[in-house]
Parts: sequence; structure tokens; C-alpha cells
Amino acid sequence: MAAIGLFIVLFALVVAIFAPWIAPFPDDAFESHIMQRLRPPSAEFPFGTDNLGRDLLSRVILGTRSAILVAVSVVLAAMLIGVPIGLAAGWRDGWMSEGLMRVTDVFLAVPQLILALALGQLLAPGIGTAMVALALTYWPFFARTVFAETRRLRGSLFVDALAGIGAHPIRILLLHVLPNAAPAVLVRATIGMGFTILTAAILGFLGVGAAPPTPDWGLAVAEARQHLPEAWWFATFPGLAIMLLVLGFNLLGDGLRDAADPRLRRSRE
Amino acid sequence: MSAPLLEISRLAVELGGRGSVAQILDDVSISVPAGSITGVVGESGCGKSTLLRAILGILPRQARTPRGRILFEGRDILPDRAAQARGRIGFVPQDPYLSLNPVFRAGDQILEIMRRHAPGTRTQHKARLIELLRAVQLPEPEAALGKYPHQFSGGQRQRLLIAAALSCEPSLIVADEPTTALDVTTQREILGLLRELTRARGLSMLFVTHDFGVLASLCDQVAVLYAGRVAETGPTRQVLDAPAHPYTRMLLACHPDRAVELAGIPGTVPPATAQPSGCRFHPRCPVSRPSCAEAPPPMLPLPGGRAVACPYHAEHLESALG
Repeated sequence: MAAIGLFIVLFALVVAIFAPWIAPFPDDAFESHIMQRLRPPSAEFPFGTDNLGRDLLSRVILGTRSAILVAVSVVLAAMLIGVPIGLAAGWRDGWMSEGLMRVTDVFLAVPQLILALALGQLLAPGIGTAMVALALTYWPFFARTVFAETRRLRGSLFVDALAGIGAHPIRILLLHVLPNAAPAVLVRATIGMGFTILTAAILGFLGVGAAPPTPDWGLAVAEARQHLPEAWWFATFPGLAIMLLVLGFNLLGDGLRDAADPRLRRSRE
Repeated sequence: MSAPLLEISRLAVELGGRGSVAQILDDVSISVPAGSITGVVGESGCGKSTLLRAILGILPRQARTPRGRILFEGRDILPDRAAQARGRIGFVPQDPYLSLNPVFRAGDQILEIMRRHAPGTRTQHKARLIELLRAVQLPEPEAALGKYPHQFSGGQRQRLLIAAALSCEPSLIVADEPTTALDVTTQREILGLLRELTRARGLSMLFVTHDFGVLASLCDQVAVLYAGRVAETGPTRQVLDAPAHPYTRMLLACHPDRAVELAGIPGTVPPATAQPSGCRFHPRCPVSRPSCAEAPPPMLPLPGGRAVACPYHAEHLESALG
């Protein structure tokens, strides 16, 4: 299963990287051809065309790039916030550590979609705002994962020994504690990718994510609503793309979690 | 006897927060003569591990600046947390599980210590380490260097750590109950190994334990700790055969191999934040007198190189206790 996930994710990555060269009509990101609107799938347009006559296959391919770009940026931003907070809070006791973790809990309690919608209303609705909202709601997962690992290891002898020979806490945390948390962080990040793609699509669908004419899967499904059930291909192919990629990331994440779990690993040896 | 290799004198360690100060060690003096094994015995929480941590310079962060002296090879290593002299002290920890970082290869971690403390090149270090791994009877020493800590069993990991402790040619080994995490058979093997290796190399050892059986089979002399103070010191056999301090007597009476009828010591060990005045054992001592609560008893020398922190030891040698 994990291999299937890995295959889907790698395939999507290749598509995302080479999108402008793979897409049969790369200009359809912006151009419209109103004369050929809503054509069913054919040899010329394998996925059919949309309400503005644009080739859906090209738009799905170009959408892969934006979906992955959004997911990678959001997860990276969330890691950059969450990992240092987890390390700092896990290393020491006291009011600062308590404070950091309670703030983490507060952010964990904020519903992702609602924050994204609210931010979209307050600021300009757009993919940038959506990404900020997603990063702001996803970092607590990293903070808690890293916090737990730091707490577990900070009393261990190898950490004491490092402190005993005068190693700086930052060196101990980054070089010796963080690598122990890396598998858990990686699993979190992978599952977070799928999660972010799904939520970004929902936001696009609701009109607070990507704005037209950007090729975006969620946006495409939203536009397709008015043309159902006649133009079935219009909603189906972008929807399938969302489903496949999210499934791929989740399968990969599950596989990584199994591989990273020392209990499972030991029983397999 | 020549000057001791390790001499701890009047060591006091306090862990302090606001308001409550825990006296973990108070006025502890223990010496380890060159070429001998000294045991430190006591209940959980009596300060055994803190004593070792003070020697190794890894006292917890909450610790206040310790008082007293720890002379090792003639130098006081207590004030300097990163004293280079500690490279000549090998440490065998209690729990072999998280003593090595799980994400690095075991060999690399030990070679890193050697790079800091032992002369020679990496190739020489590697050769020496393989030789040591063979000496601690770890199977397939060459392959072991490339393995990760979780790939060893508990006993193997303890052997690995003994090799690590010996890797920088130490003159002193300090061991913190190195066998408690192991089953009895492995325990025997590890103890035998420690004894052989220290004897063969002429090393001294400070061995912390709560097990009198281990103490009797391994140690030349012993120091009994109670609530952060030394109750009694002396050659192991004499202390075990004729304990002088009431605490030692009662503790030995609790040992299932020795007791005719299993006795206990009434009361509990006092919390380190609220140590009783005077002799710390007096609230639980069956022969205590009012004066015991006034001042901490001094160490009284006894014949045969022994010492005891109880002025009334002679009287209750004949008392109902024995």
C-alpha cells in the first residue's frame, strides 16, 4: 500500500515539476476559447473542456503544480514554527514552557476551515491568505510531536553527557535530539501534505482559496457545479485528481509511520 | 596504603527551587584507594546516583553549586564541569537503554569519546575498540561497530557500555547499579566481567548498588549511605559480618538470605526537603536518645579501618537488636 502511495506521490511530483511541458495546451491557464466550451472527452481533449472552452487535462496538470506548491509551502512554514517551539518547550520546565504549550493547545483548538474563512474575509480572499491560515493551524502538530520527543530524551544519559562536556543546548537539541524526532516529524509532514491539499481544495471550492483564472482543482469543481449533470467530466477529473493525490499522501504517511515505529521494525527483523 | 585515587571530602549537594531546598548529599566523605573496589550501598533516594553525577560533573540543572572537594589523581575536579581529567574516569550507567543516542551507530558514538579523550588516530581507536569489545565478550565485534543501539540486547548493550567506559584507558571506573536492568544470569556475567577487567588492568572502581549480595561478591570496602549522609564505612566483610551503625544492622536484617524472621525498618526515608535534625536516622532508630536529635554525629574511627556515624554503636552491639 505504501508503495502505491509512494508511486502516486512521485508521479504527481513529476507532473508538477514538468507541468508546462506535459500539458497539451499550457496556454489554457489563462486563455479561453468560448467556441469549444463543454466538449465531452475526445481524442483532442481527453478530459473534455470546461465552461470557457479550456482543455481540462491541461488544467488538471497545471493544477497539480499549484496544489503541491501550496502543500509544500504550508507544511514547511508549519514545521518552521512548530519544531523550534517544541524543542524549546520540551527542553526546559517553567512558565515559558507551559506558556508555549498552552498557546499550542489554543491553536490546536482553532478549526482550520473557520480560521481560513475568517482570515479570507478580514484580508483579501486568495491563495496566500488560505496558506497563512493553513500554516497557522497546522504547526501545533509539529510542536507537540517534537515536544514529546524532547521531553523523553532530555533526561537521558547521552544528553547529560553532552551537557557534561560543555555542549551548548542548541547544539544538543539540533544535532542530537532532533534527529530522534525526525521520523515522527516526517510522518506528520507527509500526512499534513495530503490534509493541506484537501483543505486547500475545499477553500478553493468555497471561493476563499485560489481565484480564477488560476488552474485549481477545488475551483474547477466549484465551477463545474452549475453544469452538472450534463458536463459530468468537468467535475469528475479535477475531483479524481484531488482524491488520488490525497490518498497517495495518506498511504505514504501510513507506510512511513509503520517503518518509523521501532516496535514494528524490531518485530520484522 | 598510598594516597587514594579518588577522595571525596565533605561533599554537599543541594537541589533548590524557590522555597524548598532538597539536601541530597550532606558532608559525604568517601575514598577509593588505587586498585580496589569501593561499594556505595543505600536505599533508593539516599543520594547514590547524585554522588556519581557529582563525580562525573553532570549534576542536574536545578543543583546549586556543590560544596566540598572531589580529588581525583590529586586534582579537585568538582568546580569544573568540563574537567579534562574526567577523561580518565569511565562510567558504566544503570540503564543501558537511553545511554546511547538511538539515531547514531554505536561504534561512532564510542569513537567520538575516544577522539576527545584518547591519543591516537581513528584507525588506532577502532582497533583498540574492537579489542575491547572482544574483551567484554560481545559477539562479532567488527560488525557491532556499525550497528545501532536498538540492535543489541540489554546484556549486549551493557557490555558495549563497559567497553565504552574502558575505551579511554581510565584509572577509575564508576558504575551505577549496572546490573539492575538485567536478568540474574546476565547480571552474574556482567559482574564477573567487571571484576576481571578491573583486576586485570589494575583499575579502581566505585560501585553503587542497593544489593548486598552484589556488594559482598565484588567490593573490597563499602560506604553505607542513609538520607544523603554516610552512616558507616569499612572493609566489606567486616561491615557485613558485624555492622556497627543501627541502620546497617536493621538493613541487613531485612535481607531475605540473612534474616531468620523477615523484619522491616519502621517508618520511611525522610523526604530530602525535610531532613530531620541531628542524626538523620534517629526518628526510625530503636535505640535513639534525645541527644541524637541535636547535632549530626561525627564519624568515629573503629579498629580495622572502619568508621561509624553513631556515638552509641558500642552499646547496642550487645543490645536486643542483634
